[in-house]
Amino acid sequence: MLYINCPHCGMRSQNEFSYGGDASVKRPELNKEVSDQEWDDFVYNRKSLRGKHLELWQHISGCRQWIKVERDTSTHEIFRTFKADEKVA
Amino acid sequence: MSQAFRIGDGGLVNREKKLSFKFNGKSYFGYEGDTLASALLANGVHLVGRSFKYHRPRGFFGAGVDEPYAIVQLYRNGETEPNIKATEQELFEGLEAKSVNCWPSVNFDIGAINNFLKIFLPAGFYYKTFMWPKSFWYRIYEPFIRKAAGLGVASIKHDNERYEHKYEYCDLLIAGSGPSGLSSAYAAAKNGARVILAEDKPRFGGSLLTSDVNIGNQSGKDWAEGIIAELKTMPNVVVKNRSQIFGYYDHNMLVMSEKVSDHLPKTKKYHPNKRLWYIRAKEVLISSGSIERPIVFGNNDTPGVMLSSAAKEYLKVYGVLVGKKPLVFTNNDSGYETAIEFKKHGVDPIVLDSRKNPKSEIIDEAKNLAINIKNSYVVVAAQGYKKVKRADIASISDDKKQLGKIESINCDCICVSGFWTPTIHLASQSGNKTKFKEEIDAFVPGVSKQNETTLGSANGVFSLDETLKTSFAAGSELSKKITKHDNNIAIPNVVEKKSSQHDKFWCVPLPKGKNYKRFLDFQNDVAVSDVEIALREGYRSIEHVKRYTTLGMATDQGKTSNLNGLQLVSEIENKVVPAVGHTTFRPPYTPVSIGAIVGREVGKHSKPTRKSPMHSWHEKNNAVFVDAGVWLRPRYYKRGNETLFEASKREAKNVRTNVGVCDVTTLGKIDVKGPDAAELLNRVYTNAWLKLPVGKARYGVMLREDGIVMDDGTTTRISENHYHMTTTTAQAANVLSHLEYYLQLVWPDLNVNVVSTTEQWAGAAIAGPKSRDLLQKLFPNLDVSNEGLPFMGYMEGDLFGVKARIFRISFSGELAYEVNVESDNGNFMWEKIMEVGEDFEIQPYGTEALSTLRIEMGHVAGSELDGRTIPYDNALEGLVSKKKDFIGKRSLQRSSFISEDRQRIVGVVPLDKKTSIPEGSHLVKDAKAPLPNPKLGHISASCWSVEYDNPFSLAILKNGKNMIGEKLFAMSPLKNKVIPVEIVSSHYVDPKGERVRS
Ligand SMILES: [Zn+2]
Repeated sequence: MLYINCPHCGMRSQNEFSYGGDASVKRPELNKEVSDQEWDDFVYNRKSLRGKHLELWQHISGCRQWIKVERDTSTHEIFRTFKADEKVA
Repeated sequence: MSQAFRIGDGGLVNREKKLSFKFNGKSYFGYEGDTLASALLANGVHLVGRSFKYHRPRGFFGAGVDEPYAIVQLYRNGETEPNIKATEQELFEGLEAKSVNCWPSVNFDIGAINNFLKIFLPAGFYYKTFMWPKSFWYRIYEPFIRKAAGLGVASIKHDNERYEHKYEYCDLLIAGSGPSGLSSAYAAAKNGARVILAEDKPRFGGSLLTSDVNIGNQSGKDWAEGIIAELKTMPNVVVKNRSQIFGYYDHNMLVMSEKVSDHLPKTKKYHPNKRLWYIRAKEVLISSGSIERPIVFGNNDTPGVMLSSAAKEYLKVYGVLVGKKPLVFTNNDSGYETAIEFKKHGVDPIVLDSRKNPKSEIIDEAKNLAINIKNSYVVVAAQGYKKVKRADIASISDDKKQLGKIESINCDCICVSGFWTPTIHLASQSGNKTKFKEEIDAFVPGVSKQNETTLGSANGVFSLDETLKTSFAAGSELSKKITKHDNNIAIPNVVEKKSSQHDKFWCVPLPKGKNYKRFLDFQNDVAVSDVEIALREGYRSIEHVKRYTTLGMATDQGKTSNLNGLQLVSEIENKVVPAVGHTTFRPPYTPVSIGAIVGREVGKHSKPTRKSPMHSWHEKNNAVFVDAGVWLRPRYYKRGNETLFEASKREAKNVRTNVGVCDVTTLGKIDVKGPDAAELLNRVYTNAWLKLPVGKARYGVMLREDGIVMDDGTTTRISENHYHMTTTTAQAANVLSHLEYYLQLVWPDLNVNVVSTTEQWAGAAIAGPKSRDLLQKLFPNLDVSNEGLPFMGYMEGDLFGVKARIFRISFSGELAYEVNVESDNGNFMWEKIMEVGEDFEIQPYGTEALSTLRIEMGHVAGSELDGRTIPYDNALEGLVSKKKDFIGKRSLQRSSFISEDRQRIVGVVPLDKKTSIPEGSHLVKDAKAPLPNPKLGHISASCWSVEYDNPFSLAILKNGKNMIGEKLFAMSPLKNKVIPVEIVSSHYVDPKGERVRS
């Protein structure tokens, strides 16, 4: 079970969180024309990377905040975590 | 019954306390502190079972977790449990056990015929033998395999034992209480670290219980007892025996199974049977020790052949002789230690040492005791079927290829030592890259992936002195880093006998003309010849060889077989062992009860049960409940002998003619507050929300980004910046997460807060033509006329002194209202409604009547919003704004979503107006078409229309828009029904929606 550092609450076990997918996906702006390809890329197309990956988790049984977790998908090592509005450098 | 093999005194069992037990129906005695294995051996019982494949007689090979085959079916307090190792099961008064893998009995086993038909059961026998003809599989092969395979029988009864889960955090978790575990635990504890020390056996001390050493001028055993006693007094230390750490998972989380009650005749009141610990440790010290490995020779699975360390343990811990004419076969000094113990207890062993001229302090001691030692000698084969009677022995050449003349000697047990294999399972599970250590012919932990350190013989260190030094240092260093405190513990003096180099010899060659079975894996019946076949047939990867032969699989996980198997492969392949590599060690290290893994989450405890504040009223009034997600809701209120059908019809009819009341507390409720609340709703729902006035409610549909309907419900504007959103019971949690996602990540600029208020409000829906009259009586000071409180209106009122919210909304399609009060007042509200409603012939109605009412009105619910439908499919396209953007809108342009013959909700009526259509039935054009009959749609919900008194269903039907009036068939192969039906409008009752506005 992963041990995730919630930027709001501290170290908590994975069973307090729910996974939310790729954090690099950006929703197209409202009222903007988007091509089928752009929309499909937003809704469906994901890379399923092996290695370092920025992903979303929600601390659902804790502070209910969505956070970003930088994790290696093959070793499960977690490098850094960020608040929802924090810039990832 | 006498315990003929129990020595006069000695051992750690409590001879004051005699325990009776039964094995295969026969009664025996043992002592408190025995295992089932030691008690049976004390009574001279060596035959415990039959082997997995060939049904060969099987005895005891080890004395603990290393045991590959002494597996029994256990009976305790009216329950039975399979797969129990006799070497691990502690004896208790009244214990009963039976052999497995044998029929009709362990002494006469029909399956043993396999032993003489070996030709049919070589490596890969499952894959080859049972392949053809295909028709034989179900009738003959599968039943045969089912009967022949497996170890024991699982109980089909409900398990009455309780199992607990526990979460724990510590600085250092130490696996194993042998010399390294004790030293590191002590050093860390003295530095103030939070330590958990786990020992799988009942007794602490590991090898110190059986070795002849001195630590700090005490015997090893006394030193261990002193350390444990001191650790137990320290508040920062948890010491656990009967506790096996069986799995090492991500981020230094380990799982431990604590056997709380298995050693007792009956679990104590309020105690669990087992407790599963999830432990998150900053540092893990693996001091899991090592397991002696066998030397492979002919018939080495005969009962009476066992590890020399096991024989020593039976003698020193349990006071039991495994034989009175022992033969010790060794390639290292460990065999001598066992021989010395035998000699000290008046039994004359013979030692066969494969080495030519070994010299050490231990061997000198054996010689001084006048033990008969034969150098360059090996056991070629054990003789005897159900018990060792003789051994064929021979001298062996220096290159270990040529055997001398075979001699037969009498013996009643063969104690074998092929040196030691470090137990690296936990380290390997953690992701440690293990390495091969030439000097000991075994793998040891290498580069750690997580914060884990392996110590002592688990790390290939067999000198006690070195083990203590490194373990004290590790415990001290690692704890110092965490606690910043150094107590500088002195390391005690060690007196031990030096041993000499072991012989790199692991398998005795077959003598000419002999074809003995030489077993590698005793649990899975894998012999040398099986591995040879696998390699001959082209299997190269050790992982493939493992699966083809079953070597190192199952509950044993290769504890005694792994290295000998690798040695064989490397020899045949002419590769070094590290190039062959070892297979992956998988958790659990030892079998874990399913019950322990499940814990308390069984039956009603598998999820929380939520009850509305009116629950006790429902109970008192004969409600029959139904699970609605985690909620318990009244399904109907039973009167007399009514059936569900009769009651729900009565309740629904009463709503249509008088007035009914329904508990709607379970609906999800979310407070949406802030200056941008309307903007959020406008983006989340498909319809327009910016112009909703204060005091008005609106129905809304929300989509996922892929255009599929996620949920529906009404949202009411309570005040300028405050909205009260309702969701379906099932989606409440998902909708909240969904809103939080957009507010926190996508549109953080919106100034809105959302919070669940589901549990803060109790809700009652009052519905029916007389509901306004009832409402007026409940709130005499309010104007609830159609003008004062129009459809989709909202007002606040005072319900006999209680603050209430009144919404004019309707799910039933009747004139209806929903009244909300704070949860604590829920029961008060309900009782008042019932009391005042008496004049209007009010009846409570449950979910079944509620379904009937909404189905015949064509109102969609969860069975239509099933994660596969878009607004159009539910006839909700009128709510989809063309002007503004919202979540999921872009997806609605997908070609399949706008195709002409898109599926759509319809009503379905059976032609005979009598036969109810099962939910889930498929709609087809031709009932007799060949399979697969093309499916046009499915029945999503069915009811008995109280308005028309005939069955009515909703369906999602391809090209539904143009199908009204068509005749189709509803087919339910599950219920064996074919029903001719007519397609009608989904709005079966009051299609213009006049009642809700009346
Ligand atoms: Zn948090």
